[in-house]
Amino acid sequence: MILDEAWRLSPSVALRPEPFGALAYHFGNRKLTFLKRPELVRVVEQLADHPDVRSTLDAVGVPEGQHPAYAAALEGLADADMIRPRSEEDR
Amino acid sequence: MKLVEHFESGLDAPICLTWELTYACNLECAHCLSSSGRRDPRELTTEQCEAVIDELQRMQVFYVNIGGGEPTIRPDFWHLLEYAVNHQVGVKFSTNGVRITPERAAFLASPACGGYVDVQVSLDGATAEVNDRVRGPGSYDTAIRALANLRDAGFADAKISVVCTRENIGQLDAFAALAEEYGATLRLTRLRPSGRGADVWDELHPLPEQQRELYDWLMARGEGVLTGDSFFHLAAFGEALPGLNLCGAGRVVCLIDPVGDVYACPFAIHEEFLAGNVLTGGGFQRVWQDSPLFADLRSPQTGGACAQCAHYDGCRGGCMAAKFFTGLPLDGPDPECVQGYGEHSLNELSLAGARSIPAASQDHSRAVPTRNQPVLLKLMTRPPARPPVSDCAENPLAGWTP
Ligand code: SF4
Ligand code: SF4
Repeated sequence: MILDEAWRLSPSVALRPEPFGALAYHFGNRKLTFLKRPELVRVVEQLADHPDVRSTLDAVGVPEGQHPAYAAALEGLADADMIRPRSEEDR
Repeated sequence: MKLVEHFESGLDAPICLTWELTYACNLECAHCLSSSGRRDPRELTTEQCEAVIDELQRMQVFYVNIGGGEPTIRPDFWHLLEYAVNHQVGVKFSTNGVRITPERAAFLASPACGGYVDVQVSLDGATAEVNDRVRGPGSYDTAIRALANLRDAGFADAKISVVCTRENIGQLDAFAALAEEYGATLRLTRLRPSGRGADVWDELHPLPEQQRELYDWLMARGEGVLTGDSFFHLAAFGEALPGLNLCGAGRVVCLIDPVGDVYACPFAIHEEFLAGNVLTGGGFQRVWQDSPLFADLRSPQTGGACAQCAHYDGCRGGCMAAKFFTGLPLDGPDPECVQGYGEHSLNELSLAGARSIPAASQDHSRAVPTRNQPVLLKLMTRPPARPPVSDCAENPLAGWTP
């Protein structure tokens, strides 16, 4: 369950703020992804500052009812290597 | 607001920026979108190009499509390529292959390029016969040699970039086989009546039944084939093709030309779509964010005659440049509207003697043909730098060439 795991933004990814949220560009696989809500951008940016995804969502103020939707969005980002699981050394 | 509406109202920086580095070219393709041939003496200097790259880095334009002319014949091309890559601006460049020697191919595959460089080799026929008629004698061999050099150097995933025409639609499978052979990805794009393309569009653009063939092929075999989002007007055949499916001109797309002029789209090199120049105060960012032309393109469009069409959501009236350069109204159907409305309008205009094609506002074609001139260009009935003529033009000398 991704909500209980520790993640971070992938080091090859840059975020460009846009009115709708942000563009995420992966310099390695050259994938371009749209983060379609400002809250999702904040979540992605702050993943590394919190012990797990759930506490990041709480910190950003995402209501619990929306956690599953955010978890799904983050899993999509993980598939494109936009975010990565944090290993032990990162902690 | 849906994402597509955000795109329509414009982003803080382009997603798909094309930068043509030079108007000089070793070839004289009959359909060249930028009417290239001769270098323009006002082309940006190396320092000016570096300043543009610095600005793109600041604006977080993550990659740029470099083209021309033939960009690799600029002596500082390889330097600028490295400069961009070192400034977090990835490069995808289009070439006819002329300078992709084994040494250059090895450089492109090397860590110096860090995987930030994509190479697109243009090929408009899967056989020399079909390709060279449009691109000129020897151009097929040049492109194939470049692809072989890239493959042999271990450069992964070059692109074979094909402009789809009446003469090569029947070769789609053969193109796919070529891509396979050279470990490349196939990229298919639309022929647009821009630049010298305006002169050959009538005889080269795919026929209605070929549009259908192309659409069906993309549906059946299109996975892994890139289209640069160029065929969204075919969405009206049924299912939408993957991509943004809207005209991005001035919204998410734009062009910087060799002299630093900024146009709404690489296929819209005409003063009507000129937004400014990167050398003026404020640079590219000012032009992108503040130009009145771009503000206009980003304002809500009505759809005009297309608004009633059941396919408008997918097709959105098609390509602005294609309409403009065939003389159709910008808020009506695309000349290749799959419902046939565009063709109908073109016929009506022609019958009424009112089809007027906008005059080119720049032309860097060679004044004197070289041995590289393609047969199609030789056969051309209209002179390349034609005056703004319609059948009802008032000038008694209209259409007359000495
Ligand atoms: S003008 Fe045509 S080519 Fe240019 S962005 Fe619009 S649809 Fe694409
Ligand atoms: S009428 Fe307009 S929207 Fe409908 S298919 Fe033709 S070009 Fe597209």
